[in-house]
Amino acid sequence: MSEIKTSGQTAERNSVISTRGLTKKFGNFTAVNGVSFDVMPGEVVGYLGPNGSGKTTTIRMLCGLLHPSAGLALVMGKDITKEPEQIKQEIGYMSQKFSLYDDLTVLENLQFYFGVYGVSRELERERTPEILRMAGLENRTNSLTRELSGGWRQRLALGCALVHQPKLLFLDEPTSGVDPVARREFWDLIYDLSSKGTTIFVTTHFMDEAEHCGRIGFMSFGNLLAFDTPTALKHKYLSGAAWSLDVTPLLEAVDLLAEMPGISQARLQGDRAQIILGSDSLTPDLLAADLRGHGITVNAIEPVEPTLEDVFNFLAKKGAAAVA
Amino acid sequence: MSELLLETRDLVKMFGDHAAVAGLNLEVHPGEMVGLVGPDGAGKTTAMRLIVGALHPTSGGIRVAGYDVPAQIEKAREHLGYLAQKFAMYGDLTIAENLEFYAEVFGITGEERIKRSRQLLTFAGLQKFENRPAAALSGGMQKKLGLATALIHQPKLLLLDEPTGGVDPVARQEFWHLLVGLLRGGSGVLVSTPYMDEATRFNRVVFMNKGKALLNGTPRELMAQLDGRILELSAQPQRLAHQVAQADPDVEDVNAFGDRLHLRARDANAVMNRLPGALVAAGVSMAHIRFVSPTLEDVFMNLLETK
Repeated sequence: MSEIKTSGQTAERNSVISTRGLTKKFGNFTAVNGVSFDVMPGEVVGYLGPNGSGKTTTIRMLCGLLHPSAGLALVMGKDITKEPEQIKQEIGYMSQKFSLYDDLTVLENLQFYFGVYGVSRELERERTPEILRMAGLENRTNSLTRELSGGWRQRLALGCALVHQPKLLFLDEPTSGVDPVARREFWDLIYDLSSKGTTIFVTTHFMDEAEHCGRIGFMSFGNLLAFDTPTALKHKYLSGAAWSLDVTPLLEAVDLLAEMPGISQARLQGDRAQIILGSDSLTPDLLAADLRGHGITVNAIEPVEPTLEDVFNFLAKKGAAAVA
Repeated sequence: MSELLLETRDLVKMFGDHAAVAGLNLEVHPGEMVGLVGPDGAGKTTAMRLIVGALHPTSGGIRVAGYDVPAQIEKAREHLGYLAQKFAMYGDLTIAENLEFYAEVFGITGEERIKRSRQLLTFAGLQKFENRPAAALSGGMQKKLGLATALIHQPKLLLLDEPTGGVDPVARQEFWHLLVGLLRGGSGVLVSTPYMDEATRFNRVVFMNKGKALLNGTPRELMAQLDGRILELSAQPQRLAHQVAQADPDVEDVNAFGDRLHLRARDANAVMNRLPGALVAAGVSMAHIRFVSPTLEDVFMNLLETK
C-alpha cells in the first residue's frame, strides 16, 4: 500500500514529501492554508513567496517542529504528527539563524552535532574529514566560529545539518546575508548534494537562485498559488512577451508603464524598466511615442527573456488582490 | 560644487593588527545614492559604524555635513540617520508608538512629534498597520519601520546597512521607491546591499575589499569595463556544457543562469571560434552562443576571482 488516507485525503508514501490540505492556525491567523503538494526523490524545489506568506511555518511543520491544525503530511513516508522524532533524525534542516556555538571552534561545532544526532564514534571519524572537505573548511577546523565571515558560517551550518547524511534537506533562506561569490559557492555545494540523490527544499528571496530549481512552489498569504517548473510558470502566468526599457527618469517611467493599456505589469530590473505585454497590438515605436508624450526619455526598448521575478511580481499581486 | 554630506579621508580602523578599514576615501553629495558593495568582511559595516561615531577611527578623517566625526559628533548626529542590519525595535510597542519613542529620543516633542510620526507612517505605507505590534510585522514591513525611525529627525545623510537583506522582491521595489523620494528632497544616501541588481540603480558604486575601495564609478562605467567579454551559451546537457566551457583556456568563469550559461572570457572572439567545436566533440548540442551585456555581478566576480 503506497498511500494513506486521513479524512478523505490521500497522501503518497513514495514521495519524499507529500502534503494534503496542510494547515496551521495561530489563534485567528491562518499562517498556512490547506497546502497540498508532492516532492519526488532527488528534486530541488524552491519555495517562494513574500515575507510572512507561510514558507517558514510550512517547513517547521514538515520538520516535525510544529503541529498542524489540520490536514496531512508525510515526510520520508512518515506522518509528521505521529513520528516527528523519527523525521527529525532523517532530515537535515538549516536556516539563516541556524544555531552555531560562537565560542566553539569549527570542529567542536561539528562534533556537537554528531552528538545531537547520535552518530557513532566510528562514523564520526569517517564523516568529519568528508564534511570539512565538502564545506571547504579543512584549513579552519580550529577557527573560533565567531571569527568566521557570513559565507563560512553558512558552510559550517550546512556541514552541521549533514552529519547524519539526511536524504532530505530543508534550507530556509540559506544565503541571506551572504555575498555573491559565497552564494555561488554555496549553490555549487547544493548541486553536488542533489546530484548524489539528496532531495532539497529551499526558500530564497534571490530570484536568480530560484531559476536553478527544478520546480517552484509559490506561497501568498498562507495559500500555495502555484507549484511547477520555472518554464511552465512563465508560460502559465505571463500574458505576453517581456521587454526591457532604458528610460529616464526610471521610477516615473515604471509608474506610468504599470498603468498603460496593453501592459500587464512593470517593474525595476537593474537600471532599467521591465514590462510584460498584455496584448499583441503594442509595438516598441508606439510605446516609445507614448512615453515621450509623458516627458520620458526613451533610449532603447528591447525584447528580453522573462524571469522568475516577473512571475513573482505577478503572483504576489494576484495573491494580495485575492485577500484584499 | 555642492556641499558634501559625507567625506572620509584615508580612513583607517585597526582591530589588533587587522585593518578592517584600510585607507578609505568616500564622498556623498546631496541627492546622491552611493552603494557600498563587496564580499563579507570587506569592511562595509565597520566603515558605517565609524561614520556614525559608534567606533573611533585609528587614523584619517570623517566629515558629516561639514562637522568632524568624532570631535563634533553631537552636531553631526543631528544630520545623520542610520539603519543598522539589526536595528532596535520595541516588539511589544505598536508601529506608531515605536516612531513616537524615536522622536522623543531626538528631543522632538508635542505637536511636532505626532505630526512627524504621521508623515512617516504615510511615507512608509504603514498607516494601515499603525496599531500593530512591531513584533507582528513581516520582514519587509520591519525594514520600512526601521527606515521611518531613522528619518524621524529629518537627517540630510542616511546610512543604510543592507536594508533589503531577507526582504522579498516586491517589498524590495517598494523600499526603493521610498529611497528615491528622499533623494529628490536633497538627502544623500550611503547604502550597502548583497543584491547586485539593486546596486545597478545607485548613482555611484564603491567596490570594497579588505578595507579598501577597489573601484568607484557609475554602474554603467563599471559594467563597460567588461564589454565584449561576457557570452551567453544555451546548450544541453547543461552540466556537460559547463565542464567543456570551463576547460576552455580563455574562459575565466562559468555561471549558470536559469537554463543558460554565462561565460566570462579573456578573449571572447577566440572562445566564440573554438567552443562550438569543442562542445560538439563532447556530445553537447548547442542552441546558441552570443555576446550579452555585462552585469554588476560579472564585475564583482571579475574583481574577486582575478586576483
